[in-house]
Amino acid sequence: MSQPTIKEVLLNPIFNNNPIGLQILGICSALAVTSNLKTALVMSIALTLVTGFSNLFISMIRSQIPSSIRMIVQMVIIASLVIVVDQVLKAFAFSLSKQLSVFVGLIITNCIVMGRAEAFAMQNPPVLSFFDGIGNGLGYSAMLIVLGIVRELFGAGKLMGYEIIPVINDGGWYQPNGLLLLPPSAFFLIGLFIWALRSWKKDQLEKPSFKMAPQVSNKEAY
Amino acid sequence: MSSQKESTVRTLVVALLVCLVCSVFVAGAAIALKPTQVENRQLDKQRSILAIAGLGDASMSSAQVKALFAERISARIVDLDTGTFSDAQNPATFDPLKASKDPKLSAVLEGSDDIASIKRRERFTTVYLVEQDGKLETVILPVRGYGLWSTLHGFMALQGDLNTVAGFGFYQHAETPGLGGEVDNPKWKSLWLGKTLFDDKGELAIQIIKGNVDAQSAQATHQVDGLAGATLTQNGVNNLLHFWLGENGFAQFLANLQKGEA
Repeated sequence: MSQPTIKEVLLNPIFNNNPIGLQILGICSALAVTSNLKTALVMSIALTLVTGFSNLFISMIRSQIPSSIRMIVQMVIIASLVIVVDQVLKAFAFSLSKQLSVFVGLIITNCIVMGRAEAFAMQNPPVLSFFDGIGNGLGYSAMLIVLGIVRELFGAGKLMGYEIIPVINDGGWYQPNGLLLLPPSAFFLIGLFIWALRSWKKDQLEKPSFKMAPQVSNKEAY
Repeated sequence: MSSQKESTVRTLVVALLVCLVCSVFVAGAAIALKPTQVENRQLDKQRSILAIAGLGDASMSSAQVKALFAERISARIVDLDTGTFSDAQNPATFDPLKASKDPKLSAVLEGSDDIASIKRRERFTTVYLVEQDGKLETVILPVRGYGLWSTLHGFMALQGDLNTVAGFGFYQHAETPGLGGEVDNPKWKSLWLGKTLFDDKGELAIQIIKGNVDAQSAQATHQVDGLAGATLTQNGVNNLLHFWLGENGFAQFLANLQKGEA
């Protein structure tokens, strides 16, 4: 197998191998932080940086890591990066870090970060791993931003806090859909997004894991 | 080669080195950023105090916030047990929230008293006064209590008559955005302005009601429109107001202040 190019690892995860859309990873935070676009954007940036740099550092020491403790070593590196990101947010974007609350901390347990570290960074050179991390972060970001736009626009009539559709509560005409502000709506939206993605890129369709038996006719049943 | 990489000693050395490097990295970041964070937190609180007192808006720069706060607002410590001002603590450094967890500075609330579900109440707390030419213009009381998901932390600002609401809002909570989170809606917060807390008999009457307030009703001046889809948050807000403005909260202090004995 030839080595993938930087361009491939950077762009493939966005549509061809989207971490949320195809691998169905990182759903938890995608539900929680997308009720408005601003938090979705900050979360995207945070996760992209963490995935990129954790891949970089893990790849740099990959030949030194004993395989018996490799998961823990990965975890320590990821956790350190997440704490630093959390501290930086608290220092420079205080109101946003209040809104994101625990979810920045929970990047540690985001399967995308761990998954890329284990599946890619352990076998590939640092620069390539770094871009693979950034690429997967961008794939996650793409999904979060779409969710953030749909949920904030139709759930609150706003984008980034600015009014786009005047809602009834503020004297406009639009009755916002409250469901979109609750986490379950992101499930429906992710489902629709995956459906759209797989209708567009047919190779992402999974083979059915079992076949339905042909309908039993009345005559055979008795 | 591989057996050397997997040896116990090597595993320990690698683990130790990784931990050492990471801890230095994390500790360094935490210490370097700490001053900015503390300042941010303080600034955020000052900004919300100013906004609730009606002295400024959210778009002020941090320098403006600091200057305005220093110029207009004075922090005082109140002893909630006696309802008087106290010099037992330094208002600049005292943290009422920390004190509420300290057994020496707080008391456990009995179940039926604890309507705001805060479990412990501190003895001393900080109130903020706005004075103009020696006359009390606004008094800002800290309030907190449990909503649906989270403890709501906020301030209730009263005009000089200690009965009319001059501002009300929360600076920290984690209620559902768009439903309970609408406690932050400027339009809803503006409904509070001019409402009165106590009725003619001196009973605490302020209340968020379900639906819209009937302007003809005799109670209308004590009532605020409810938030659609946020009954539990709304109950929480009602409870925390009744706790902090009641017997176990600031009732004694407000009475003393009214008589000029605080």
